[in-house]
Amino acid sequence: MTLAPKKRGDLPLTPLSCPTEGSMGNTGSWRTFRPEVNYSKCTKCTLCWVFCPDAAITRQQDDSPKIDYDYCKGCGICANECPVKAIVMVREEE
Amino acid sequence: MVTMKELPKEEYLLKGHAACAGCGAAVSLRLLFKALGNRVFLIVPACCTTVIQGPYPYTAFGVPLQNILFESTAAAASGVVAALQQRKVKDVTVVGWAGDGGTADIGIQALSGAAERKTNFIYICYDNEAYGNTGMQRSGLTPYGAWTTTTPSGKKERKKDMPMIMAAHKIPYVATACASFPLDFVNKVRKARDIQGTKYIHLLAACPTGWRYDTSKTIEMGRLAVQTGLFVLYEVENGKFKFNPPSDRLIDKSKRKPVREYFAAQGRFRSLTEEDIVTIEKWSDEDWDHYRKLASECL
Amino acid sequence: MVQRVVDTANHLAGYAAKAAGVKVVAAYPITPQTTIVEKIADFVESGEMDAEYIRVESEHSAMVACIGAAAAGVRTFTATSSHGLALMHEALHWASGSRLPIVMAVVNRAMGAPWSIWPDMSDSLSQRDTGWIQFYCAGNQEVFDTILQAYKLCEDERVFLPAMVCLEGFILSHTYAPAEIPDQAKVDAFLPAYKSGWVLDVNKPYSHANLVSPEWYMEFRYLIQEAMENAKRLIPQIDKEYAERFGHAYGGLIEKYRCDDADLVLLAMGTIGSDAKLAVDKLRKEGLKVGSARVRVYRPFPVEEIVKLAASSRMLVTLDRHISFGMEGFLGSEVKASLYGQQDRPLFSGFIAGLGGRDVTAETIEKVAKRSLKMLDAGRVEKETEWVDLRE
Repeated sequence: MTLAPKKRGDLPLTPLSCPTEGSMGNTGSWRTFRPEVNYSKCTKCTLCWVFCPDAAITRQQDDSPKIDYDYCKGCGICANECPVKAIVMVREEE
Repeated sequence: MVTMKELPKEEYLLKGHAACAGCGAAVSLRLLFKALGNRVFLIVPACCTTVIQGPYPYTAFGVPLQNILFESTAAAASGVVAALQQRKVKDVTVVGWAGDGGTADIGIQALSGAAERKTNFIYICYDNEAYGNTGMQRSGLTPYGAWTTTTPSGKKERKKDMPMIMAAHKIPYVATACASFPLDFVNKVRKARDIQGTKYIHLLAACPTGWRYDTSKTIEMGRLAVQTGLFVLYEVENGKFKFNPPSDRLIDKSKRKPVREYFAAQGRFRSLTEEDIVTIEKWSDEDWDHYRKLASECL
Repeated sequence: MVQRVVDTANHLAGYAAKAAGVKVVAAYPITPQTTIVEKIADFVESGEMDAEYIRVESEHSAMVACIGAAAAGVRTFTATSSHGLALMHEALHWASGSRLPIVMAVVNRAMGAPWSIWPDMSDSLSQRDTGWIQFYCAGNQEVFDTILQAYKLCEDERVFLPAMVCLEGFILSHTYAPAEIPDQAKVDAFLPAYKSGWVLDVNKPYSHANLVSPEWYMEFRYLIQEAMENAKRLIPQIDKEYAERFGHAYGGLIEKYRCDDADLVLLAMGTIGSDAKLAVDKLRKEGLKVGSARVRVYRPFPVEEIVKLAASSRMLVTLDRHISFGMEGFLGSEVKASLYGQQDRPLFSGFIAGLGGRDVTAETIEKVAKRSLKMLDAGRVEKETEWVDLRE
């Protein structure tokens, strides 16, 4: 995790930014719909993992997907591309 | 040909970045790093990827990334490559990663110069067919008839043929690709990495924000572009043209989906007239004729 | 072994880049800079210089290629003039904001429209705000020496800024004069291996220069200002060290000549500044107490030196080979700005001379001095700015 500067003395001589998960904050809050995986339908083809623009899907040991809801933007690509429709998009509660 | 499961699990585009939901460029970036790992210097001009990084002191990128001026991705790459050569650093791949504006319009001079000088790097244009970073104004790669904020009644000019322009520079490798065909793209990047000289890859990057379709359809949209023949997957390696699957099976026009399916799926083509569609189809047929000739000369 | 040559300032700039062990040169030809890059091309092709010479397709690309090379960890050099420098403008900002110690020779030439190839400082002075250190040379040897001094200065961790070493087109660039190229071992002892404040490294990945919000942008700019202030302190020290090692000295920030008891001091940059010495000698023979001060460093501006000069003289006069339309010459402006806070200020008059290569001889300068002395006697300046030798 990056240490954000608190005072001028913390600054590098020119802006050098460190690799950080959540560089844009909690992007999961952007969602209107969330993807939900039906693991009994899932064939572990890994397509959802390949196509997630946000790297919010991790490919687990058994190749099934794990979705990080802190960062998932709810774009729906995973649901759209799943060949067996094991992922459905569910509206977020208010 | 690599398989999905052989793609490495490490991510060098970190989650929580600033790309729009459903961003085609973001999928492409993840695949770029699946292809190359992290021994990459990425050079990024002003474009969507500038913003995708997020703000200082954070970045979503796990590789060294040099942000640079809009028109000079390839010039910066020339400098970086020369320095690495002098320092005898051999195992780092220099990649210029630019949008269509920074490639075909304001950036074309630097790119042409670097190619002519045989700069040893991979240049990838992720083409979302407009100036995405500044809010979807038209670029030289915006297709005919498309709405953008500066062509509200549809662009009146044709899309520049950037891959063919680069092939005319006689560089050792030119390819078109799309994240919708992920393994094809990964293989092309790896092939490019192992070739000396300037390599150019033109990526179609579907953009829900600019093309006006539901965010879930980004991969579908790239696939449809190829299936209708409007985007052709090919390589030109040392001057030899080769179709890649599935475009190799679409030389027969009857195997292609009708182009109007592509236009109907995107709000930016709302103002296309019947006449426009006929014109676009004719141009597509002409392009296919041209490619077919090139392919047959190379058998 | 010292190598004694008779050569042009341009060629000597090429020798300096070689002596400095520059590893990447990216440059685009433009009159009157061309012989710099041609010399370097010769050196690289013959193997005398172990460097990459990128024959870029424009000056904008030249500066950006230098930025890329410096960011990837090597000493870089380029050269340009006039419109080439203007074309690089946004890249100059990028280089200083990136805190990269690039050194560039600028062969001062007039700006168009209309085309002019002749000497004029409007090109480099228009770039005074870009965060680049600016040196103005008055001789061929000085060009060679200043390039080496510039690398030492720019790569100091208290500085890490780029520098331009300016020299007037044709007067210096193409004129042959005797010069000395020092022994390489002595140069290496003066100028150690390339150092920069940051580098692209797969083992320590950063995004460099992504978006900085209003929360911190101002502080990053302050760091550049601080670096400039540090440079102002270091330049005289480096000049002194260079003199001890190599025997050539240039007075640090300002080269003063017979100023100690001068009523009138003539200030100028470049060769006008050195020709002023001839005028001073002639005037002194007539019993007139005149001195000259050649401003060698324009950025950072030597405010304290100007204040010192003002304290010991009754009138300061500047000769600017430049005009900022709608105002005056920049040397004039900044001399006045330096003095505004002082209680007792000398009289001041600014002169515009030598634009577009109009010759400025010792006689011209003598004329300006005599005109100024008249104003000094009257206790009044007629015009803040006067154009010298302007045709009716």
